[in-house]
Amino acid sequence: MGEENKVILHGMWASPFSKRVELALKLKGIPFEYVEEDLKNKSAEILHYNPVHKKIPVLVHNGKPIAESLVILEYIDETWKNNPRFLPQDPYKRARVRFWTSFVQQHLFETMFTVVKTDGEAQEKAVKELLEKLQVLEEGIKEFFPDGNICIDSNNVGLLDLVLLSVFGPYNVQEEVLGIKIIDMEKTPLVYSWLRAINQLPLVKESIPPHDKLAAVLKFMRENALKSSSA
Amino acid sequence: MADEVKLFGMWASPYSLRVELALKLKGIPYEYIEEDLSNKSSLLLKYNPVHQKIPVLVHNGKPVAESSVILEYIDEIWRDNPVLPQDPYDRAMARFWAKFIDEKIQPTARNANLAEEKEREQAVEECCQQLKMLENELQGKPFFGGDTMGYLDIAALVIAFWFEVVREVVGLDLITEERFPILCKWIGKLQDIDVINECRPPKEKHVNYVRARYEAAKAAASN
Repeated sequence: MGEENKVILHGMWASPFSKRVELALKLKGIPFEYVEEDLKNKSAEILHYNPVHKKIPVLVHNGKPIAESLVILEYIDETWKNNPRFLPQDPYKRARVRFWTSFVQQHLFETMFTVVKTDGEAQEKAVKELLEKLQVLEEGIKEFFPDGNICIDSNNVGLLDLVLLSVFGPYNVQEEVLGIKIIDMEKTPLVYSWLRAINQLPLVKESIPPHDKLAAVLKFMRENALKSSSA
Repeated sequence: MADEVKLFGMWASPYSLRVELALKLKGIPYEYIEEDLSNKSSLLLKYNPVHQKIPVLVHNGKPVAESSVILEYIDEIWRDNPVLPQDPYDRAMARFWAKFIDEKIQPTARNANLAEEKEREQAVEECCQQLKMLENELQGKPFFGGDTMGYLDIAALVIAFWFEVVREVVGLDLITEERFPILCKWIGKLQDIDVINECRPPKEKHVNYVRARYEAAKAAASN
């Protein structure tokens, strides 16, 4: 052991991308050193390890850097093959998980981002789109929970759970700051129950930053975005 | 029981080409179904109800959508002639750069091509910086995949063939020999590979197709 498996995660406490990697490492029981990055004053290491994007998270495994959270998650699953496995064994099921992960990341997250950064008509349009896409997700995930039973524990948490958590885990915060209902128990009961189940996991509960801190960050982000778009 | 493999694709789509090429490189027999994107077939809508897009691979009746998801699936089912590297770190690098092409290079190239004159120089510079980063991955190797084509070469075909078509239509030469000697050499090699020539869009037809879309995009932008 010792130097053979040195893992460093360069992250940022409020970043959903960073959080999903942090959780992944903890879930697999992989010892790692965490380095909190100040995004307004990026370290020489981040610029060296991720010269292409200059962003976190970056995982450094035995000196070799990997950037982009989804790439990192697959790398972790392929390198540390203990439970939980983030992807199922069957290739077709793996394709389904990757498909929906891509949907949550590229469609839901991007639309959510627009909702946060806009107001007025533009925001209304984005909210409508977000809610429609959440309905699509609600339908789509029935294949993962065929009898409506959602049974998630620290041994079977997967890629899609981690990505959904990072986008909508703090939905209470998002709804409070935006004044909009996003995860509705009646409209999307499966997504609602699914998020509850993931949020209940002990490791998740420990890792989620305090409500007030997250709310402050979200408010700040929104104010900045609205200011710069009207400038 | 023999495998039944169908690919719903479109002749001018780089994403469709990625899947076709992967199937050919791995020697997997398949039936190709050309989709008219202005009149999508009921089968396509059935197999990809969420996005209603090509490419979609249907393997023994089960659909797989999204080109990057399909490529991973193909490699996992048909283990001969792997398209992705074996080592997890190398796989991560291939996936990283393929994402870079799709999420960074393609949009900045599009911006450069559609930019008004005063913004063009900056847009071109941004695209060229990104292309340079990608080109560095070819240092000391004939292909991104090493001695033979791999996942990243397949993903990068859009740069090899689409950029030259856009150059003819828009007149913007992003990948010059002077600035990108290694990338140009790589493109030259690709043009000699039979399986690629079998499935890449025919040049003249492609130029006409892109010209029509470019003109429509320009018209829409000025309205």
